[in-house]
Amino acid sequence: MSVTIAEVEHIADLARLQLTDDEKKTYAGQLNSILAYMEKLGKLDTSKVEPLSHITETVNVLRADSETPPLPAEKVLGNAPDRSGKFFRVPRVVGDR
Amino acid sequence: MTFPDARRRLLGGELTCESIVRERLDLIRSKKSLNAFLDVYADEASARAREIDGRVRAGTAGPLAGMVIALKDILCVKDHRVTCGSRILGDFISPYDATVVRRLVDADAVIIGKTNMDEFAMGSSNENSAFGPVLNPADPARVPGGSSGGSAAAVAAGLAMTALGTDTGGSIRQPASLCGVVGLKPTYGRVSRYGLVAFASSFDQIGPIGSTVEETASVLSVIAGHDPCDSTSSDSPVPDYAGSLGGDVSGMRIGIPKEYFPPGLDPEVRGAVMKAVDVLREGGATITEISLPHSEYMIATYYILSTAEASSNLARYDGARYGRRAEDPADLQDLYLRSRSEGFGAEVKRRIMLGTYVLSSGYYDAYYLKGQKVRRLIREDFDRAFAGTDCLITPTTPTTAFAFGEKIDDPLTMYLSDIFTVSANLAGIPGISVPFGRDGKNLPIGVQVLGKHFDEATLFRVASHIEKQQPKNE
Repeated sequence: MSVTIAEVEHIADLARLQLTDDEKKTYAGQLNSILAYMEKLGKLDTSKVEPLSHITETVNVLRADSETPPLPAEKVLGNAPDRSGKFFRVPRVVGDR
Repeated sequence: MTFPDARRRLLGGELTCESIVRERLDLIRSKKSLNAFLDVYADEASARAREIDGRVRAGTAGPLAGMVIALKDILCVKDHRVTCGSRILGDFISPYDATVVRRLVDADAVIIGKTNMDEFAMGSSNENSAFGPVLNPADPARVPGGSSGGSAAAVAAGLAMTALGTDTGGSIRQPASLCGVVGLKPTYGRVSRYGLVAFASSFDQIGPIGSTVEETASVLSVIAGHDPCDSTSSDSPVPDYAGSLGGDVSGMRIGIPKEYFPPGLDPEVRGAVMKAVDVLREGGATITEISLPHSEYMIATYYILSTAEASSNLARYDGARYGRRAEDPADLQDLYLRSRSEGFGAEVKRRIMLGTYVLSSGYYDAYYLKGQKVRRLIREDFDRAFAGTDCLITPTTPTTAFAFGEKIDDPLTMYLSDIFTVSANLAGIPGISVPFGRDGKNLPIGVQVLGKHFDEATLFRVASHIEKQQPKNE
């Protein structure tokens, strides 16, 4: 199997990345060689193996539902590229521009 | 001057913390060309040192008084920027301290600054930093390793006594090996990840780098332990690691995994590791060859799972709430696309692409789910190995430090330089790299000790034994 330029474009779209034509070509080639290397996992029979999603396998770590001080809003909003009062501002999402 | 010396002289009134810090600040200035630091906290560190001097006089100094430590710039320090070696965070200022930072400060360590790194900890050579590569103090024409290359280089050059790095697939141990210092990746869950900017959350772990095993042990005792802010941090008790050093290796059962000594292994690296094994045998340890049969699948499994996690974690950099935003976005989609594409470097984009691919519809089962299953097989290999051994000895890296530009155009070749380190992250076990001799080019060689979950004490003991029996330079 081989990753086509069209697939690279689809993956870039899912990842919200905009690639130049050169980048698309480079990544297609590199993804193909990396994925070809990964094909070796296919040699292993894992039909009876449970996936390991978390290494400690602890479940349901609980804590008391008590109040703790939040991060200072002004400091957090201070990092916003654009804001309006206590809101983050982004370009209009709905309606006419 | 190592931390135990500095501490003894500080508590004995021979030195002040302020003078210890000043000496390191002077060195940082004179070794600026190494590019090891992204930020130096000169005034703040000096002020902190004076406070600590007051506590030394009052007899209330903390356990790390006298230590000057640097932090990889992926750890949050309140009211300071954190860059992750990337342009995308722009002038982001952290509103809080990482738990490890809080603990270091409470123990009276002085934080001297932030070290350079591969962007988002993705890389094995430090060539992926948006702020230029770090040079290896052992040979400035060669890479310091990555991704914690700035931390390892800073310790190797004496710019800081110790440093914190992070290790997702070898990013503490590999640069420690290439720079000739000691680096520990603790057990997954041993150290809180709160305030560590996430790369691959089921692999990431913070750990110490030092010029001696004892220094790394002193740091681990302070930073380890449960933290309510990280639900994956363990509540298993934290021993006094430095205090328990000095035991011998007599009667210890040490395994040599044959898959870590492939025919292509650099003969000088092989020779050094086998010499370290001899040292342990002479110390009374029992050496047995063992097998970790799924070793050949480790790199593939690691790069499937870690890139998948990264593609998800790095989705947060959208230019909306913090970090860099593209100029004059046409609409929200354009804001996302351009902020991310302009902000991320080539390797980060490559891994986001790979991770998105293995998680995408139609490929999820063949790659991501398969990777999770093989991860279990790899962990079971280690469970079996540790049923009959106390720890394993391997090379840390297949070669000593390589030259700039040697692997950067071929990502797969670069990925393969992590071949001996990713296993500890896949299995969640601790691993330490300790320098042992040099090759014909006078470049440091590292020996890796891998241990059981939460058995860092054994790693320190074995590494300390190896450290004391350095081979004579031939």
